[in-house]
Amino acid sequence: MTWNWRRLALRTGFALLVLAILVVAVFPFYYAVVSSLHSGSALFVPALWPERLDLANYRQIFVQQAFGKNILNSLAVAGGVVLLSLFLGVTAAYALGRVAFRGRGLLLMTILGVSMFPQVAVLSGMFELIRALGLYDTLPGLGLANMILTLPFTVWVLTTFMRELPKELEEAAFVDGASPWLVVRRVFLPLLWPAMVPAGLLAFIVAWNEFLFALTFALSPGTRTVPVAIALLSGGSTQELPWGPIMAASVVVTVPVIALVLVFQRRIVAGLTAGAVKG
Amino acid sequence: MRVRAAWQFLAPTLIVLALVAGWPLLRTLWFGFTDATLDDLADYRFVGLANYLEYDDGEWYGVLADPDWWSAVWRTLWFAAVSVSLETVLGLVVALALNVRFPLRGLLRAAILIPWAIPTVVSAKMWGWMLNDQFGVLNHVFMGLRLIDQPVAWTANPDLAMWAVIMVDVWKATPFMALLILAALQMLPGDCYEAARVDGIHPVRVFFRVTLPLIRPALMVAVVFRALDALRVFDLIYVLTSNARSTMSMSVYARQQLVDFQEVGYGSAASMLLFLVIAMLTISAIALGRLRQQEPGR
Repeated sequence: MTWNWRRLALRTGFALLVLAILVVAVFPFYYAVVSSLHSGSALFVPALWPERLDLANYRQIFVQQAFGKNILNSLAVAGGVVLLSLFLGVTAAYALGRVAFRGRGLLLMTILGVSMFPQVAVLSGMFELIRALGLYDTLPGLGLANMILTLPFTVWVLTTFMRELPKELEEAAFVDGASPWLVVRRVFLPLLWPAMVPAGLLAFIVAWNEFLFALTFALSPGTRTVPVAIALLSGGSTQELPWGPIMAASVVVTVPVIALVLVFQRRIVAGLTAGAVKG
Repeated sequence: MRVRAAWQFLAPTLIVLALVAGWPLLRTLWFGFTDATLDDLADYRFVGLANYLEYDDGEWYGVLADPDWWSAVWRTLWFAAVSVSLETVLGLVVALALNVRFPLRGLLRAAILIPWAIPTVVSAKMWGWMLNDQFGVLNHVFMGLRLIDQPVAWTANPDLAMWAVIMVDVWKATPFMALLILAALQMLPGDCYEAARVDGIHPVRVFFRVTLPLIRPALMVAVVFRALDALRVFDLIYVLTSNARSTMSMSVYARQQLVDFQEVGYGSAASMLLFLVIAMLTISAIALGRLRQQEPGR
């Protein structure tokens, strides 16, 4: 009898814990969605569910503000960064994962070390570089700066994955006289998808969320990315920030990321842990 | 032939990394010894260590003599220590919960990915709105529960602002911690738990004697990753509490000097000090990890 009571108490406690985790994890975003559907004075009465479907905030960010343009900017930067990171990552991972040469371990550690750099430590040098290349306040300039954030872990994740593949894979192709480039394209590329999906997604999320470089290198309204646009969204004359439109913009940029993450969650978790635990 | 091909394959990545990481870092180091300003980066002169520390006419100047810098350093270290500790403990709890088989496990794992996926700027704004002193839902709920009798200015009050920053950081980063710990938990061998159960050892004892030592390497990696992230915190603080002095981190301080005050020389010196702090902590973390592994009996 007592044993059963203890079991019941344990189960209830566990259920409460799970419920608490769920609420804490989901509530802030849920509340942003609810707030984004309230405009005018309705916004200033805290409500836990939307009273009616009021899309005025969404209309405002897309019609009165150039939020559509900001989204396109972010998509262009993040897309370019992902493609370039993956291309460079695959070629580098072949060399680092499949070929034994002197200094390979040191090189890998150096590449990993780059991902530990604080962004601020390269800020003034990067500013000078981007200006010298004539890329200041352009999307390619911002994309180039973002490579420092995405390339190291892309190389790392792909190298870890490539190492695990069986050794016999490329031997036959080399015996047949194939060039290394052909081997990478024909033998490895089709096998690398399980690692390229999480690596690419992580790179996309990093570039999509990046704030410091965007705030410094692409500040004019035409080149602003989404995080900068949200951070700088301000009302006309009132002291209070335009919370309604800010929440609407937050929901718009977060929904695609959450959707991607939920669809690919198993892959992402695998990618995150490949990057960290095995390192 | 394959080694030569390997270098050819590596070359593009190495060139890009040298261009976007190596070169800017060296230039920042160099700018730290000059009096460069942002409006004309080409026009500067070498000033030696003056940006770091200089004694002139009975007064000390430079980053190392700036009390604001030192308070930013201590604040950042304190922030990193508190938030990473909280994230580790809470991450362990969440990971242990996710390691149990129960009906809604998939849903819970998906749900905790949400804070992780939300852009930092967005989470700062979301929490800024929930913590708003006049219209925020948290003040509303807390007053409804009679926990507080008047609205609290969470992000504007200097005593509370840093705790608000910590709370949002913990909310956002705990999922990362939990997922890494969960991955380690799922790799643990099941037989020692079977043995412990047969011997009737209390689960709490099993956790501290078996689980924790086994997942410690993975836990340390996660802690180091998170600590490095926390030490360079910028977005969250910049958006949640803007440039308030009471929450200024090392990154916020350095960027303010560099961009807002246009003092590239001085700001670069501050950036290099941040880089040094992070590099030294990384190296000592790695060295500590090595030492632990060489201890006898492990």
